[in-house]
Amino acid sequence: MSGLRILVGCKRVIDYAVKVRVRPDKLGVVTEGVKHSMNPFDEIAVEEAVRLKEKKLASEIIVASCGPQQNQETLRTALAMGADKAIHVLVEDKDYSNLQPIHVSKLLAKIAAEEKVDIVLLGKQAIDDDCNQTGQMLAAILDWPQGTFASKVVKKDGSLDVTREVDGGLETINIKLPAVITTDLRLNEPRYATLPNIMKAKKKPLTTKKPSDYGVEIKSSHQVLSVEDPPTREAGQKVESVDLLVAKLKEAGFMKS
Amino acid sequence: MTCQSKVAVSPKVTSSFVQDVQAIVGKSNVSTADAVRQQHGHDESYHSTEPPDIVAFAESVDHVSQVARLCNYHGVPLIPFGSGTGLEGGVNAVQGGLCLDVSKMKNILSVNAEDFDCSVESGVTRVQLNNYLRDTGLWFPIDPGADASLCGMCATSASGTNAVRYGTMRENVMNLEVVLADGRVINTAGAGRRTKKTSAGYNLTNLFVGSEGTLGIITKATLRLQGIPEATISATCHFPDVQSAVDTTVQVLQCGIPMARIEFLDEVSIDACNKFSHLDLKVAPSLFFEFHGAEAGLENQTKVVAELVKMNGGSEFRWATDVDERNHLWKARHEILWACMALKPGSKPYSTDVCVPISNLPQVVVRTKQMITEAGIIGPMVGHVGDGNFHVFFPVHYDDHVTLKKVHDVSHKMSLIALELNGTCTGEHGIGIGKRDLLVQEIGAEGLAVMRQLKDTLDPKGIMNPGKVFF
Repeated sequence: MSGLRILVGCKRVIDYAVKVRVRPDKLGVVTEGVKHSMNPFDEIAVEEAVRLKEKKLASEIIVASCGPQQNQETLRTALAMGADKAIHVLVEDKDYSNLQPIHVSKLLAKIAAEEKVDIVLLGKQAIDDDCNQTGQMLAAILDWPQGTFASKVVKKDGSLDVTREVDGGLETINIKLPAVITTDLRLNEPRYATLPNIMKAKKKPLTTKKPSDYGVEIKSSHQVLSVEDPPTREAGQKVESVDLLVAKLKEAGFMKS
Repeated sequence: MTCQSKVAVSPKVTSSFVQDVQAIVGKSNVSTADAVRQQHGHDESYHSTEPPDIVAFAESVDHVSQVARLCNYHGVPLIPFGSGTGLEGGVNAVQGGLCLDVSKMKNILSVNAEDFDCSVESGVTRVQLNNYLRDTGLWFPIDPGADASLCGMCATSASGTNAVRYGTMRENVMNLEVVLADGRVINTAGAGRRTKKTSAGYNLTNLFVGSEGTLGIITKATLRLQGIPEATISATCHFPDVQSAVDTTVQVLQCGIPMARIEFLDEVSIDACNKFSHLDLKVAPSLFFEFHGAEAGLENQTKVVAELVKMNGGSEFRWATDVDERNHLWKARHEILWACMALKPGSKPYSTDVCVPISNLPQVVVRTKQMITEAGIIGPMVGHVGDGNFHVFFPVHYDDHVTLKKVHDVSHKMSLIALELNGTCTGEHGIGIGKRDLLVQEIGAEGLAVMRQLKDTLDPKGIMNPGKVFF
């Protein structure tokens, strides 16, 4: 039985450990000079693909990323983790702010078809926009079944058993291949790239494409009006007696005088 | 010659002093609130809380320098605070004074992947650094267990389970930025220097490593990085007695096998683990191995070790490469601290820390076990046997003074046995408050006199973390 072909989507985001600051123009956050890395949920997706390959269930892993030149670093990390080849859809800085999940899902749909993949693995959401849309939209465009918020994926004959983390607990569904999976935190613990693998990754194929190669136009249908910090927390007050507490509550308008 | 420290006259921290501190670091970075002071008056040791009079948070080396100058002028004790995860009471303000919390200085200043070095500020912790490094293929391997601040690890000359392969802080710090008692800022190897080796002048870097805040406050460290291991194999086995476990260890090292970790758990520990983690391990002295390296050679190394284990009467040698299986094999070792505490619900672990030449380890262990049995207390043992270093994790309730005294007595006697056998009273945790008398015995009067001279030269007023390391 020939192995599965897997496409994994990776997004380059501000590193989760960085303290994010709002830009002075209040139209976004500071990205200049700030550490970026692969979206943590995408790392989990890459790891899952690599584990499937190690179990000899997958035969090739293609990673793709849409964004400016620096996204190639993210792709190299994925290659160092064990992916076989990378596709960089170059979206220049000036257009990048217009890039939305709808565009990414259209691009990934085209890549998935071209590469004849059986599974698309995506992180459930990106930690910068928290959209949680790309996987679902992609499944709709491809008309493939989806297993989102996956905490466990088991290959069956021509299908996958996907355990999903939902509000009520865990739901296990069986979806026919080809399918779209989005990963949740407890699916696996991603490996770190080792130096020898980072070296090897430099030699793995990485092709650069443009959105127009896939017939997708990056045109935004919405505009960011403002980005603001949450209000700073004010110090609390300690009061000496219940009477004083009641007086203060009345004063602040929380109780009828 | 007695070793009396020049006791810093600690005047009450006056409101004018508080205002001066506020002027340096900003009002929001100063607190005299009871809760904040209590939190800064203890670490993870059994030593009861001794809060400072005032807590200040520094956000730059300039803050640290100015605060030091101010404290020095007024003779106010100055205690640096990183992550509060120390094990010897190093942050307890035994003479009151000012606790300077440096945890806000969290910048990773530089990573030079090709040179295998990085520089970090005092608030950067071990886990924070390793997370940051994860896509470079590098890591900082020293792992004391807690998510300690790296500069705090410098100050206590910390070590960890993989010291047998990667060394301790002493071997991995290349340069330090230190603020001295009078506020002067120095770079121990010179500003920006980060060479693999140097013969230039005195080794100031290693003077400050292990100085526990008594000579200066470390505000920046340049650290040696290592490549993340390509592959890892974990293994466990059991022995009829401690001697055969140690003999195996010695032989493994003599074979030149570059072990990453060799951990020893005694039968009391294994029993605790079986109960806590619901495992079914043989209740006997056990070794836990970890091999790091290129995939090609690792299986071979594992085979050699398996042979040696067999030769020494060891049994049930099990090994694994898959990450989930490895975690399962090492579960006992990973959960040992909680397993010990579970032996006495509600207890905290009191950890001893002696270290001897490996060949003397069986003697210390056997004599220690005897004392533990005679005292009628519970004392599971965990050892970094590749370094000759082992810990007894006594589960105690800190308000159970009777047991605490018994534990303390055994711990003290263990140190004396270690000293008898060419060892040290502390392999990794430091002297802090509780081992000052042992330091005198360990180093000897003349050596200690030299330490004293250095201390008096660098800190004439005795404000730097008084009451620690020396009396």
